[in-house]
Amino acid sequence: MNYKFEDIKKINVSKPLRLDCGKTIKDFPLAYETYGKLNVEKDNAILVFHALTGDQFVSETNPVTKKEGWWSSAVGPDKAIDTNKYFVICANVIGGCMGSWGPKEKNKKTNEPYGLNFPVITIRDMVKAQETLLDHLGIKKLLCTTGGSMGGMQLLEFCTTFPNRTFSAVPIACSLSHSAQNIALNELARQAIMADPVWDNGKYLQKKIQPKNGLAVARMVGHISYLSEKGMQEKFGRKLQEKTDYEFSFDADFQVESYLRHQGYTFVERFDANSILYITRAMDYFDLSKKFKGGLVEAFRDQKTKYLVISFSSDWLYTTKENKDIVIALNASDADVSFSEINTDKGHDSFLVNEPEFLKTLKGFIDSMHTKFKNEKRI
Amino acid sequence: MKKEFKVIADLLPKNVRVLDVGCGDGSLMNHLIKEKNIKARGLELEKENVQKCIYKGLPVIEGNAETELHQFPDQSFDYVVLSQTLQAFYNPEKVLKELLRIGKSVIISIPNFGYWKVRTSLLFFGKMPVTKTLPNSWYNTPNLHMCTIKDLFHFCIEKKIKIKKAIGVNENSMSEINKNNLEIKNFFSKLGVFLIG
Repeated sequence: MNYKFEDIKKINVSKPLRLDCGKTIKDFPLAYETYGKLNVEKDNAILVFHALTGDQFVSETNPVTKKEGWWSSAVGPDKAIDTNKYFVICANVIGGCMGSWGPKEKNKKTNEPYGLNFPVITIRDMVKAQETLLDHLGIKKLLCTTGGSMGGMQLLEFCTTFPNRTFSAVPIACSLSHSAQNIALNELARQAIMADPVWDNGKYLQKKIQPKNGLAVARMVGHISYLSEKGMQEKFGRKLQEKTDYEFSFDADFQVESYLRHQGYTFVERFDANSILYITRAMDYFDLSKKFKGGLVEAFRDQKTKYLVISFSSDWLYTTKENKDIVIALNASDADVSFSEINTDKGHDSFLVNEPEFLKTLKGFIDSMHTKFKNEKRI
Repeated sequence: MKKEFKVIADLLPKNVRVLDVGCGDGSLMNHLIKEKNIKARGLELEKENVQKCIYKGLPVIEGNAETELHQFPDQSFDYVVLSQTLQAFYNPEKVLKELLRIGKSVIISIPNFGYWKVRTSLLFFGKMPVTKTLPNSWYNTPNLHMCTIKDLFHFCIEKKIKIKKAIGVNENSMSEINKNNLEIKNFFSKLGVFLIG
């Protein structure tokens, strides 16, 4: 983590925010980035929510990692979410590690990184923090909000916590609550980190080190779950990594092993291990029906927001069935909802890669919503 | 717009809630929203059509009416429209029951197998009919349960489903069907449109 953080845009959230855990926080940083220009009518703002290991750098070159923004496939000039037309906003979630208030930030009282003294946060806490950014940018109503995976969960929390703050919404590859399988996979990631002796109850940052081995394994678990069985078989099969035969050792003989190791060890360069603990916990606690006492009809009542739910056929992490449950809940509340399942072998990762059918659908929806939003504003 | 859609649109009052089952590319929905301020939703199986609807900003849910109507709550729509699809279901009776559960009223249109051209094709040529409203051959037709206007009329009476209106439709004409003219209309109509429930 030798990256420079000077270039990051931040706001200081001074308004007190009562967290779901009971604590109240104020005066904390929220890092964000924007792309394109907010027009005079202020009818072209799109809020993007990032997933577990994402950050605010949606498009172009990430100034910190110097790599392409995580959603460059969908966001940019002439892309599905065209930044020539739209003003795209994305904030780093609280609990994250790209400049927003998270466990690696210093506690002003002790001048030490928070580590495990950071409060356990929820998806709702994340979106409440992000709503203050909209006030800061002077946006009363968004044209659209979108996000995949944990981004989709944030979207659902945002739309139910702040009804009608957005004209339209596209939750992608997500669910109404975290399934047992997803909690189990997150637990695997957390256990890998906590089993690394370097982790030291989260106090590693005081020694300026990272539990790299544990964090890399946690990332590998994630990467397996983001691909589909078929996609993985087609990409790697039993191909060997730059060798003609087995080496009868535990080095990376297979390409798939080499791929996972690479993904794991590049990840530790840019992510904080404690952030993974906190963010995965927030995902596990996510259950939209809970705050509405089991009644999802209540959650989406009086929603004027127009939804498009998108799922991917080979996604086994957030299945089409789970995505359809969102549609059912929206239908039961008489909300305006569309649904499309994209046929693909690319698994949960489909929303991050160049998947033409998906991008076409996303573009078609947002463009048509922009026309409708403009008409509504005119009336 | 198709003559059939015009007949359906005329049956619908303004400002009501309509579910269009098998909404295709959304042309009926689009018309209903624009001309009658109707709150329309669509359910569609074909991905290509789903995309067309999304591009037009029409609310559409990709799904199979045979298995996925359960997602809509009881009496959640004033009208449910099913255009020329009833005969393509594995279990039309079950689907019809679902439509009547979801909608306060249901509009169904069927290609009439009792139309005289269909009858003569079978009678004189001994071949399964291929016409404008029944364009497929026996081996590739999606139609599993063909019926006539008379069949559907009797079905409704048998199942105690109220027929609020029945209309026989041809290219340039349409006329109301009742008990007394059922035989004639069943012979001369290409299409039957029923308002029931």
